[in-house]
Amino acid sequence: MSDSSHGVGGLSFDTSKRALPAEAGVAIALVLIVVAFELLGRLLMHDSFLFNTRENVPGIFNQARLQIIILQVSIIGIIAIGVTQVIITGGIDLSSGSIVGMTAMIAMSFAQVGQVNGMDNTRAVFFDRGWVDLPVIVPIVVGLVCGIAAGLINGLFIAYTRIPPFIATLGMMVSARGVAKWWTAGQPVSFPTESYAAIGAGMRPVIIFICLAILFHLILKYTVYGKHTYAIGSNEAAARMSGINVARHKVLVYTIAGLLAGIAAIVLSAKNLTAQAGMGMMYELDAIAMAVIGGISLSGGRGTILGTVLGALIFGVIISGFTFLRLDAYYQEMVKGAIIVGAVVLDQWRQSRSSTRS
Amino acid sequence: MASDLQTNISGATAHHSETVPGDVILRTEGLTKHYGGVHALVDCNFEIRKGEHVAIMGDNGAGKSTFVRQITAVEQRTSGKVWFNGEYVEFDGPLAAREAGIETVFQTLALADHLDVPDNLFLGRELRKFNLGPFSILDYKAMHKATRDGLEKTGVKIPNIRNTIQNMSGGQRQCVAIARTATFHSKLTIMDEPTAALGVQETAQVENIIRALKEQGEPLILISHNMRQVMDLCDRIVVWRRGRICANLRKEDTDGEDVVAYITGAKTQPEYDTAA
Repeated sequence: MSDSSHGVGGLSFDTSKRALPAEAGVAIALVLIVVAFELLGRLLMHDSFLFNTRENVPGIFNQARLQIIILQVSIIGIIAIGVTQVIITGGIDLSSGSIVGMTAMIAMSFAQVGQVNGMDNTRAVFFDRGWVDLPVIVPIVVGLVCGIAAGLINGLFIAYTRIPPFIATLGMMVSARGVAKWWTAGQPVSFPTESYAAIGAGMRPVIIFICLAILFHLILKYTVYGKHTYAIGSNEAAARMSGINVARHKVLVYTIAGLLAGIAAIVLSAKNLTAQAGMGMMYELDAIAMAVIGGISLSGGRGTILGTVLGALIFGVIISGFTFLRLDAYYQEMVKGAIIVGAVVLDQWRQSRSSTRS
Repeated sequence: MASDLQTNISGATAHHSETVPGDVILRTEGLTKHYGGVHALVDCNFEIRKGEHVAIMGDNGAGKSTFVRQITAVEQRTSGKVWFNGEYVEFDGPLAAREAGIETVFQTLALADHLDVPDNLFLGRELRKFNLGPFSILDYKAMHKATRDGLEKTGVKIPNIRNTIQNMSGGQRQCVAIARTATFHSKLTIMDEPTAALGVQETAQVENIIRALKEQGEPLILISHNMRQVMDLCDRIVVWRRGRICANLRKEDTDGEDVVAYITGAKTQPEYDTAA
């Protein structure tokens, strides 16, 4: 178990072999992928992936492409911030995509305008004419409460019935999707107020994503909440023996994940100007994939939000890169799958290397 | 279940009466724990005074670790009374026991592998800069300083306290676990087989830490199977057998063979005779 080469009378600690943080590896991977697309672009398309090649547009970089890369991952990225925290505690959240669908439907039904082009707007089935043109705070609060409630239910089941997170959140995944369909009997909800639509306009989803990422990166690093999140994922029994209220903390973590899914739902429906029951389908898996690619260990205790953001960027670069190379979406999915498995294999390898060293 | 009446009948309280109340750091009376039908701990009367190092010995399953789990409130006792530092106590959880000043090095080390040394030392009672409930800001600077002071006090040398536990050897981990006690100025330290998994040099290191605690007058309860270690480090040996205390021996009055006789059941002290 322990190597026998300790110095006499003291305990020598091997600090020289301390591994690079996982995020450094992810950042390097991100750079390599970008470089690969740049080279392939120059070879195959006679165009640059990253740099501006048009004379009538100012700037060194291809601004439009960079914006799209981050914009298309920012909404799932918001979900991934919550999923990351769940995974750090050693859990998993399969329900976030469905929570997005449910929350988008319910929040949007409080954000509709009364009339479109002089005609009455098609109303979500539950409300009569009075419930239109509400102040933007109403759908926002409804959406946040909706996400929090779903996350809270997840957390309570996981913490107090001790059923595996996989099962609890699988149940929520199915049920929340059911609620999303039941809310309007399957009808989409459209035409939000201008102030609601403004939430998802332009690059706002990116700004919201970055702000939340910075906020939760700092929370995980500098607060008691963060420390306990890592401790539970690292050694739940030790956390309990140290007097940490593990059950209550798990409820909090899953509730925050629900809240973030709720925020993602508001941004998504505002951006799309509509909500449909099928919204957010498979988002949970993309969010988990972003976290895993970003170096979050599925066995818990390790990873940072910065890693997840880098994982999300890798996702965005791959999607944009394939579109840029004019390759079919089928190949994107195949490669995405391979990268997810590759990231987990790498994580296992890192783990086994660090445990043989101890 | 185990009332005062029973305790008095057994005669085991005889030596309690000699003690000056303020001198006793921990005292249990009739401490009992049942797991369903299993009587893991029966009617245990135990005490330890300030500055004393007491060894707890006994065969596997004799109730040693169960005893520790009751006084540290990792489990709730079935019945019995506990006094700590002159006061009757009923801790509602391990954190309450730690806050009162009982510091335990558990058999399973209770360290979080992915966290570094200060994080582990302060796990569950982090120092805070601003109190915002669960989102309180951590005071890393103060925790790092207290960690270095605690390590210095115990003589544990760790060049880089930012290193995570997973990168450390068994001995190093054990030293970190023990350093927790020094950092928090505990009133009573309990160690559950601290050297069971360690090599010769690492064991020597841990024993030096225990000697340092003795010099500083810190009371210690040491659970160990190692007779040499117990004879080296402790003033008194209390032997458990089948959930009960069967002997309370001063080191000067006994030897290894004698203790083994009590552990195996060949002998029982007369005042504990009803227990066997």
